[in-house]
Amino acid sequence: MTGSILITGATLPDGTPRDIAVRDGVFVDAEGLVGATVVDGAGLQALPGLVDLHTHLREPGFEQSETVLTGSRAAAAGGFTAVHAMANTSPVQDTAGVVEQVASLGEQHGYVTVRPVGAVTIGLAGERLSEIAAMARSRAAVRVFSDDGKCVHDALLMRRALEYVATFDGVVAQHAQEPRLTQGAQMNEGALASELGLAGWPAVAEEAIIARDVLLADAVGARLHICHVSTAGSVDVVRWAKARGIAVTAEVTPHHLLLTEDLAASYDSRYKVNPPLRRSEDVDALRAALADGTIDIVATDHAPHPVESKETAWAEASFGMVGLESALSVVQAAMVDTGLLDWNGVARVLSSAPAAIGRLSGYEAPFTAGAPAHLTLVDPAARRMFGVEHLHGRSANSPYLGAELPGRVVATFHGGVATVLDGVLRDPEEVARG
Amino acid sequence: MRHLLSTRELSRDEAVGILDVAEDMADVARRAVPKLPTLQGRTVANLFFEDSTRTRLSFEAAAKRLSADVITLSAKGSSVEKGEGLKDTAQTIAAMGVDAVVIRHGASGAARVLADGGWIDAAVVNAGDGTHEHPTQGLLDAYTMRKARHGEASRGKDLDGLAVTIVGDILHSRVARSNLWLLKTLGAEVTLVAPATLLPAGVGSWPAIVRHDLDDALAAKPDVVMMLRIQAERMHAAFFPNEREYAREWGLDDARFGRLDPDTMVMHPGPMIRGLEISAAAADSARSLVLDQVTNGVSIRMAVLYLVLSGGSA
Repeated sequence: MTGSILITGATLPDGTPRDIAVRDGVFVDAEGLVGATVVDGAGLQALPGLVDLHTHLREPGFEQSETVLTGSRAAAAGGFTAVHAMANTSPVQDTAGVVEQVASLGEQHGYVTVRPVGAVTIGLAGERLSEIAAMARSRAAVRVFSDDGKCVHDALLMRRALEYVATFDGVVAQHAQEPRLTQGAQMNEGALASELGLAGWPAVAEEAIIARDVLLADAVGARLHICHVSTAGSVDVVRWAKARGIAVTAEVTPHHLLLTEDLAASYDSRYKVNPPLRRSEDVDALRAALADGTIDIVATDHAPHPVESKETAWAEASFGMVGLESALSVVQAAMVDTGLLDWNGVARVLSSAPAAIGRLSGYEAPFTAGAPAHLTLVDPAARRMFGVEHLHGRSANSPYLGAELPGRVVATFHGGVATVLDGVLRDPEEVARG
Repeated sequence: MRHLLSTRELSRDEAVGILDVAEDMADVARRAVPKLPTLQGRTVANLFFEDSTRTRLSFEAAAKRLSADVITLSAKGSSVEKGEGLKDTAQTIAAMGVDAVVIRHGASGAARVLADGGWIDAAVVNAGDGTHEHPTQGLLDAYTMRKARHGEASRGKDLDGLAVTIVGDILHSRVARSNLWLLKTLGAEVTLVAPATLLPAGVGSWPAIVRHDLDDALAAKPDVVMMLRIQAERMHAAFFPNEREYAREWGLDDARFGRLDPDTMVMHPGPMIRGLEISAAAADSARSLVLDQVTNGVSIRMAVLYLVLSGGSA
């Protein structure tokens, strides 16, 4: 399905109902379009293609958890048309060769644009800068650099990374976690962790790094992005930094907008994630910050793990949750249905803002003639019992299994190519053909 | 009782019931042949992923006095050391036809995961999970206190009004947690004494009085002083500077011991480090209940195995 497409009567993010026409991969005027395949958009919310700034695709190296193909399919099913693939693969994405390989796998499969994230340091070891220029100038054109999973904790190295990455108009995405304060940490520090006997992950370990790094970014005049902000205190620091004019952006994950630490009381390791689920006060602060723009974007931190690394005692289980397929539903539940954010806001935090941070073009003016046809259609009135049948990646470590979530992705188009149609993910051969 | 995973989830009546069954079990121990046929033909597996000679022997003795068959797995030199996980080990043992699993594991919540995982049908008894709980230790401590206070008239009684002071590494102690929840349920007043580094985050919301100064705490004349073990590796992680300073501030030395009322109960879950958290004189005194704790441990574990395997309610 690559010819002309006419979506009738869908509602644009700003609330206006309109026909949406696509030809040759770009939006066009609906008038004069002939022979188009018609998609009934009545009752559906049209959104620009979603962009995830924080995805773990696991390939190369951990294909038992996810591959570029399976992760791309999970993304498309969730309404995404672009993902940023984190660097903690094996080999690590710290050379031009590896990032080009990952980007080209994404291109081959065609479900989404795969933008590799480059490692800040060689092997994520936090010792020497990786070949940032080579990755920036490679065919993968890397603009986001991160040691995600590990914090660039050495202050001097972080300063240099900020400066050097700025040279190529890139951004350092910091995983803010002071390592010494979080040795062996298992869940949010507090009375519950103490009762459960699980080592605490104190909020200050995140907040102290964010405070240091916004000051460093200010001092050297570089951009800084903060991954998965999880505490009310972090929100305060980011708000202060923005008021001061520091070029900092911040993300929050869907799960930190919806879930709290209380879930750990079951010792069910599906709820084990890094940074950990926090208190309800933190959830409230994160929602307010996303609504008022202190936090710029939602990013999934989609982290697939095989069954065996979760089917064990909490302390022995891996950190992480899959999130691509459920992200939009969770954002709807936490932000839209609560009246904190309208669909225009959703389009901002899940599409235009993350694209801008990642310097990904094509998302500046969605739905206008000539712009690439990346879009998704959502039925916001739908409610579904979230189950494994809604997961399309290789792993099933979702915290939402068995929970009712609002909204359903009905169709997704990546550059005019349907990746999801009538709520069904299309076959790899069809999508790859374009 | 299906499983015993924590003292937190025990009601007062359940807890008193277990202590009362343990009284019956203690009577058995005083017979010429200290053995009951109750669990004949039943199999108890001791899965000790973490070494603990004392607790393992106590559970073994308890199961054998009830005529159960016992199989024991110790992590050292076993399949566990070769990387086998909790699920596989448990299923392997369960496939041998086991009615109850006694599990000691280094990870908090391991017993709960085993009970909730749907991997095995056997009853699960927590013999210590990480820094979470050690419920049979809490029960045997409560039993020991009740016995010391009420003697032969213990049955049916709780610990109403008893003042218990627990001293030492509260942060890492599953014994302290199991004691705290159970003692509160039984009506005792608990005081925790430790430097701030060895108190858990959020301890202020726990149902206990928290103090840093041991001399102040002892001046309040508690009925029970329970000393916890200090592990040497804590010093290297900056929880306190060295043994001398710890012993000076938080050790039950001869001077502090001498100031206690003559009927104060002195307890320690063992293994003790004499001279660090407790002086030899205190440990060996008539006020010390350390060996009673060990004896009572067998009775408590007999009671627990009996209750989970007979399906009875205490």
